[in-house]
Amino acid sequence: MATEAAVIETLERRPTSLLARLKNFAVYVPFLGPFLFLVAAYFFLPVVITTALSFTGMDSKMQWDLVGLENFRRLFSDPIIPRIARNTATYVVFTCTFNVIFGFFLALLTTYFVQRESIGLIFRSIWLLPRMTPSVIYILMWQWFVSPTDLGFVNQILRAFGQPPQAWLARHPMPIVILVNGVIGASFGMIIFSAAIKSIPVDLIRAARIDGASDLAIVRRIIVPMLKWPIMFLTIWQTLSLLASYDYILLLTDGGPFYKSEVWALNAYHRAFSSLQFGYGASIALILVVVGVIATFIMLKLFGFERLMEPAKAGA
Amino acid sequence: MSAQETVTTVPAELVAKVPLRERIRIRAGKILAYSLLIVVSAPIVVMYVWLFMQSISTRVLLGFVPQKLSLNNWRFLWSEVTIGVRAYTSIWPVVLNTFVFAIGVTLVVVLVSALSGFALSRFQFRGRTQLTQMTILLHAFPGVTLLIAIYYILFVLWKVPVIGPIIGLNSIWGVVFVKSALEIPMAAWIVKGFFDDIPWDIEWAAYVDGCSRLQAWRRVILPVVRPGIASVSIFAFLAGWSEFLYLFTFIFEQKNFTLSLYVKQLIGDFKFVDYGLLSAAALFYMLPPLLFFLFSQKSLLRVSFGGIKG
Repeated sequence: MATEAAVIETLERRPTSLLARLKNFAVYVPFLGPFLFLVAAYFFLPVVITTALSFTGMDSKMQWDLVGLENFRRLFSDPIIPRIARNTATYVVFTCTFNVIFGFFLALLTTYFVQRESIGLIFRSIWLLPRMTPSVIYILMWQWFVSPTDLGFVNQILRAFGQPPQAWLARHPMPIVILVNGVIGASFGMIIFSAAIKSIPVDLIRAARIDGASDLAIVRRIIVPMLKWPIMFLTIWQTLSLLASYDYILLLTDGGPFYKSEVWALNAYHRAFSSLQFGYGASIALILVVVGVIATFIMLKLFGFERLMEPAKAGA
Repeated sequence: MSAQETVTTVPAELVAKVPLRERIRIRAGKILAYSLLIVVSAPIVVMYVWLFMQSISTRVLLGFVPQKLSLNNWRFLWSEVTIGVRAYTSIWPVVLNTFVFAIGVTLVVVLVSALSGFALSRFQFRGRTQLTQMTILLHAFPGVTLLIAIYYILFVLWKVPVIGPIIGLNSIWGVVFVKSALEIPMAAWIVKGFFDDIPWDIEWAAYVDGCSRLQAWRRVILPVVRPGIASVSIFAFLAGWSEFLYLFTFIFEQKNFTLSLYVKQLIGDFKFVDYGLLSAAALFYMLPPLLFFLFSQKSLLRVSFGGIKG
């Protein structure tokens, strides 16, 4: 090992002269330069700009006119904001609950109850398919499924029972939005939980069975306690990503009708890009940025760096 | 077959000794599990079956039964599509744009993450741990909250002469860099993992033979991690191919549209009117992810999960 250390030593010798130091620095530039540049340009700079913009009244003229705290004063008196906050809470809480519960049942059914690995795999693949589908198409399928015309799937079934067609999306936008996002999120839970259940030693379950434990007891006393950390991880991770992302809502209902499915992040988007109030939009988004930063650090404290990358290796 | 399979199975020689009631209970549990799975998965299957059936017929009953087969829905492949006053130009320039975007994202993500992943894995410099940790935090942070600020950055770049039209607003390459930047923390981390697994001896041999760090990286290290690079490329390509929001926000001229914007526009104009055309276009757009899914669905559940955030 001493020779190895010698090679590293020559490669990364502590520079003495200024020239040597520069030369040493130059080695890093091609490797880390592009990375640092992109991260600075599209992560750090935008955080600064979001903060700065939220104190301006920037509109379609793209001029910086400082207005101080005006945007935030407006935010607290905007009559639509309480409603959007309520929508956001409903959306996040219900979607997250759906994800965890459905993800758990899918994982349990496909890994514990269904014994043939290939059949479990088929069902898990079916649930992964929406995640692999481009969002535009996934939403198109839902739009057909709940279409107000009698071409839609739900309405065709209703008609078979002699019921008139209904405008599902207009009447119940929020439950459908929750379902649409829930199906995507459930597959995420399914993968994380499946991996966790598979990592439980088989002997543990066998021993319990010999001792006369029922399936229910095994699930409650062995499997659920093992899933404590994955469930906590999933809940926080999903809460954060549900708060921030709105692709599916934008495509499905665009927040409507009458703000019934408008959530916080989508509202920031609409303020900026529909009414072209970039300053006000940025101040709404700034709140999410702050929440995002805080939540990221909470996750770090709770799970540590290694676990934070878990979604990257989910199912590994 | 995995050990999991034997958890609830009773070995054959013991079956006879299991009381009948117990056997019925196990069988009933199985039936319940399967029916539950089938019931909750059925709507998803129905949607995809409908998409396919609708694309090749004029009308579909209950999403399953095609009536009157027709290829007319696929007309966008060989002619302009017109409904009312709006004419859709040929789809092929749009396909080309989508390829440029997806391949652009792939190239930038792979190149930048292969370089930085190597540095994070192998270099001994002050702040390396902090840099690795920053990469992880950036991955966890929801980048989409910065959309408005990034719009402003692209707007400013747009006004710069010469480079403006390339990396500013309304440019495919402008969005390529934004999308890549969001994917890179995750990709760099994954690539770093691949580099970590390479024995130091291989790299050392390159230095002994007189390679510089950059040469060793290119000639010796990269070829060894080719499978890892391939999987990162596939996920980057699919992420680029499926991208919607950033393109929708930053691209406003039809000549720069990609398939997601094209399909979105079709949906806007043809909703409730022509599901045949919509589903054919959607299926066409979905081909690359679908092919990938069919070929790698088994390993998909095992290997890394791309830049997807739940």
